[in-house]
Amino acid sequence: MLAALIAPVVTRLRYELGFIIALTGVGLSAIVSAWALFHVLDTGTMHYNLGGWAPPVGIEYVVDLISAFVAVIVTSVATLVIIGTRRWADREASDRLGSFYGLVMLLITGLVGMIVTGDLFNLFVFLEISSLAGYSLIFLGGGRAMLAGFRYLILGSIGGLFYMLGVGFLYFSTGTLNMAETQDLLTNDATARSVQAGAAFIFVGLGLKMAIVPLHLWLPDAYTFAPSSVNTLIAPIMTKVGAYAMIRMFLSVFPDGYLKDALPVADALLVLGLIGIIFGSVAAMSQKDIRRMLAYSSISQIALIAVGVGLGTPLGLVAALLHIMNHAVMKATLFMATASVRFSSGITQVSDFSGIGRRMPLTMGSFTLGAIAMVGIPPATGFFSKWYAVQAGIESSQWAVVVVVLASSLLTAVYLFRILESAYLHPLKLEPSHSHENPEEFGETEQKLTFEAAAREAPIDMVVPTVLLGVATVVLGVLNAVIVIHILEPGIA
Amino acid sequence: MIETYSSTTPLIVVLLPVAAALLVLLTGERFRNVRDSWSTIAALAMVAVVASMLPDVLAGRVPQTTLIELSPGIDIALRADSAGMIFGLLASCLWVLASVYAVGYMRAEHEQKQTRFFTAYALALAAAAGVAFSANLLTFVLFYELLSLVTFPLVTHRETEAAIVAGRKYLAYTLSGGLLLIAATAWVHMLGIDGTFVAGGLLADETISKTTSWALLALLMVGVGVKSAVMPLHGWLPSAMVAPTPVSALLHAVAVVKAGVFGVVRVLVFVFGAELLREMNAWQVIAIFAAATLLIGSILALRHDNLKRRLAYSTISHLSYIVLGVALLGPIALTGALLHIVGHGVTKITLFFVAGAINAQTHKENVSQLDGIGRQMPITMGAFTLAALSMAGIPPFVLFTSKFYLGWGAAEVDQQIFMMIYLISGVLAAGYLFPVVYRAFWKSSTDHMVYGEADMRMVAPLAITGVLALFLGIAPNLPFSFFDLASEVARTAFDQGIPITWGAE
Repeated sequence: MLAALIAPVVTRLRYELGFIIALTGVGLSAIVSAWALFHVLDTGTMHYNLGGWAPPVGIEYVVDLISAFVAVIVTSVATLVIIGTRRWADREASDRLGSFYGLVMLLITGLVGMIVTGDLFNLFVFLEISSLAGYSLIFLGGGRAMLAGFRYLILGSIGGLFYMLGVGFLYFSTGTLNMAETQDLLTNDATARSVQAGAAFIFVGLGLKMAIVPLHLWLPDAYTFAPSSVNTLIAPIMTKVGAYAMIRMFLSVFPDGYLKDALPVADALLVLGLIGIIFGSVAAMSQKDIRRMLAYSSISQIALIAVGVGLGTPLGLVAALLHIMNHAVMKATLFMATASVRFSSGITQVSDFSGIGRRMPLTMGSFTLGAIAMVGIPPATGFFSKWYAVQAGIESSQWAVVVVVLASSLLTAVYLFRILESAYLHPLKLEPSHSHENPEEFGETEQKLTFEAAAREAPIDMVVPTVLLGVATVVLGVLNAVIVIHILEPGIA
Repeated sequence: MIETYSSTTPLIVVLLPVAAALLVLLTGERFRNVRDSWSTIAALAMVAVVASMLPDVLAGRVPQTTLIELSPGIDIALRADSAGMIFGLLASCLWVLASVYAVGYMRAEHEQKQTRFFTAYALALAAAAGVAFSANLLTFVLFYELLSLVTFPLVTHRETEAAIVAGRKYLAYTLSGGLLLIAATAWVHMLGIDGTFVAGGLLADETISKTTSWALLALLMVGVGVKSAVMPLHGWLPSAMVAPTPVSALLHAVAVVKAGVFGVVRVLVFVFGAELLREMNAWQVIAIFAAATLLIGSILALRHDNLKRRLAYSTISHLSYIVLGVALLGPIALTGALLHIVGHGVTKITLFFVAGAINAQTHKENVSQLDGIGRQMPITMGAFTLAALSMAGIPPFVLFTSKFYLGWGAAEVDQQIFMMIYLISGVLAAGYLFPVVYRAFWKSSTDHMVYGEADMRMVAPLAITGVLALFLGIAPNLPFSFFDLASEVARTAFDQGIPITWGAE
């Protein structure tokens, strides 16, 4: 059953007719994930043993409510983004479209694999697949992206290594790599030092993938200098899957309460998360490049997920999981809109957004919806993850959580409304004040576009996915109770 | 006995302005006459729909729309209870006039981006209707936040540096207030308490610690205190004066600050209830803040030469009349406070309409420039005079009626000092408005320009509201039974058998 999730993605890897195949691949896996979600809702958790070997010997894939939920988000957001950034891919990777889409497929395979695997080592394999694909995609940007990608590669590999070491330590004391069995064994006896060491290593490794402060250093440059077709894809989903893996550790690898009582992982997540929320937002305020601003905003938003996980209560986990969805959709909206604006006008600097709202009403309209959702104004999605996080904070008397989460709304408003203000309330500027684009990056095309186009609405195939994502931020917000009641609450119980 | 029944009518009230906003947006600048008629049509329809619920509500049958769950166990629910009806009726009636006025004003001033303006204006009304009819805390927070958001483009409409700064200030204040409400709402739910509003207080029968109830009260009151501009949370209101005059009318009379004081009613009467507040000894604290604002607002109004700014401080003062009236925790004072919401809405919108009409016609905005204007714009200044008399609380104007009940209510709970404060502030109101009338009619103009009345679309609405300020004072039950609604709220809130009736004293 489950092979269906992955097969189309893997087998078509080397085809040269990139876009169509990539789209079918991801689209199919989105449909399959959705089907899997409904199937799990009906009949309960699905198991699939790779190669027919029964666990714990073989590698097991497990699709429960949570993994199906995250898989649906990742694949459907990816589908929309791939449609929306086709033109960017054509522009940025025109001579190697085949390998571009091949890498995109690898990336998504890796991410979906991480989501559905029930095996600790297999998770590492998929983690590395997705990371390697990610590094290579960032390298496509050339110039400064090379450096950013290289930094990401070093830090990412260290993260992978830490995770690997952690799994090794666990294997010492349990002798198994299967998640469910690990949990069973550890529930009986988890006193071994090696288990503690393993937990610590896993935490650092996944923390790096999630970009929790202070392990975030790779992220801003990677998002800023990566090609637009790449950062739009990576930003909404990549760190989310890291966060998902972290939640997985809490839910189905370590025994209930272990990461809180035996080792202060939960508290560490909580504290680092709170710091990250503030740090990310404050750093975002002072950024001039919108992509960099959104990158710092991601750090802040992921920190909110970390806070939810760190609280460890059911409500906290609901907040974290819901925010995985919310942030994926919101960030995809914002990055898509940013990519569209850059596509038709070459603008990347916050100060150049002046008056763009009139010229690109649909794109900036979606951006506005995304921004409102990020700030957390009901009934847009972002509100509800904050709402559950605040409730969870009150429930466990963690007043710092309440204050920080609410304050982050205001901070988010500061850095995002800056854009809206300039897009809608300032007069249109026909020329950018200064181009920060590295001339080598796009050469003349970019420069010429800047002067000629004077910002028109982006092409229809960019606008439609952007608008869809923007509308989704509101629709999913209104429907959040349905998701929470039917998927998340039973999923973590 | 109050019973609720399921009905879609409250939802329709909220959706009507949304529909208007969409139609305005789709019609666009090219067919501006069509576009501008949508608002008025929707406003009239809204009045009709709200009024259609009136007989049922007065008979104790309350229509309620329950939509989907917004969070597990918490629905979006709209309920047109008597308190909500007061605000809903006031907002929709004033919208009819404001929509006509706005067309006249925006065209006379050649304002830019009118489509955006009318869209946001209609959306603000939808949010206000939502605030009015919210049946529980979360729904209230939802619409309260939306109201802040959709009024932002209105405040910054002129897109000047000052407008943008004012807009930032406005958002910073109102969003912070909203966040406190969110925290309080989450807290109430985490205590396992249903957030549905109950006349007499949803917390009344719950056992919660003193610290918790004080913390909740502080969060909620600061949250709604921002929009009701209780000092020291009033800073945004005078700066928001940079917006076009119809926006000031919306902020001051129709929707925004009224949503704030309406929130105060909801928080004090429907969340806490009189008994709990007396037990906590909390009402004195609120009353002192309100009384201070009331006096300081009036005194500051005296100092300002800019007419709109003077009116802004007058609003700050008058909102605290209402907050104080609610905080006194007596049925008579509450009736007075609710009437004051209506009376102040009608009166203050007249004053702003006049200020806007003068500005559109003569580009004068300071009181000291208005010498002799009364002879050139007699209808406009006539309406201003009516409103000024009402503001000062001269019988039989509407604000006399409400102040009478407020003062009586203060005496009823043996707080004569607050009655004195009401009286002093009434004198101060005369002090800051009568000189305008004096200058307009008795001094002769110093410049040689001759001005006529403004566009009919401006003059007619302001004349109507001016007359209404008198009419509602004589017959507060016509046409929409404002008095009966207010006393009904007081009756249910204080669990009194006999309602206060109009004309029986």
